[in-house]
Amino acid sequence: MIVPFNHVFMLAGAVFFLGLVCILTRRNLIMTLIGIEIMMNAAAIAFVASALHWHRIEGQAFVLFIIGVAATEVAVGLALVVAAHRFSGSVDPDRYDVLRW
Amino acid sequence: MSLRAIVFYLLAALILAATGLAVTRKNPVHAVVFLIFSFLGTAMLFFLLGAPFLAALQIIIYAGAIMILFLFVIMMLSVDEAESTGFALFRWMPSIVLGLLFLALSALAVLRESGSGALLKPAMATPRDFGRFVFEHYWLAVEIISFLLLLGLLAAVLVGRGKREKRVGPEGEGEEET
Repeated sequence: MIVPFNHVFMLAGAVFFLGLVCILTRRNLIMTLIGIEIMMNAAAIAFVASALHWHRIEGQAFVLFIIGVAATEVAVGLALVVAAHRFSGSVDPDRYDVLRW
Repeated sequence: MSLRAIVFYLLAALILAATGLAVTRKNPVHAVVFLIFSFLGTAMLFFLLGAPFLAALQIIIYAGAIMILFLFVIMMLSVDEAESTGFALFRWMPSIVLGLLFLALSALAVLRESGSGALLKPAMATPRDFGRFVFEHYWLAVEIISFLLLLGLLAAVLVGRGKREKRVGPEGEGEEET
């Protein structure tokens, strides 16, 4: 016996909430990407808990795909941040106010 | 309260504290370091919930590769400008209120679900079982993910490449940069 199923879901929800707050409040593109990572991590926690609850290994398989998508997203997102910083000299999304160079 | 439950609550406290600290740090480097602790705690949680292979992947990919990638980019950009300041309350309140609303609604939905209070029984999916299952039932998805990773690599190279320089052709022209 570990813990009730919904306690794990509460933890996942709280972590997701922290990621959401990080995305919505920070004025820094890198912190925004970090917030997306936190939210994907919360989804992975929920999937693993569900896999244990229903004794279906599909949940764990989906976490594998979540990790793959997160890795791709970070690679492309950070490349975009680097390109945006090179063009405008800032990582503040409020400073991006031109549509073409 | 069993030993596993104590470990779970300790890990939950560690994850929440580390993530909360990461979200509120001003310096992105500090945030990334705190986030590594959060991901290590998540890996331990995966191990506790019977997914040792995913725990290893979490440490290798999340805490190892992705966070180090973040650190590289932060140090490469050497961002030392302060974040644009506004009236902090106006900036933080809407998102916190909306986030708490979301948290309350999801908590309600989870708690009202019948059978959600059932205790989890310890079980373990060995890496052998996991790999056998994934490659028997989800081999196509694995191939798609590998293709996605390849596309991500190409996109990162294309986007991250600087100014395109014309190669010197056999005619000896095109030496100027465009």
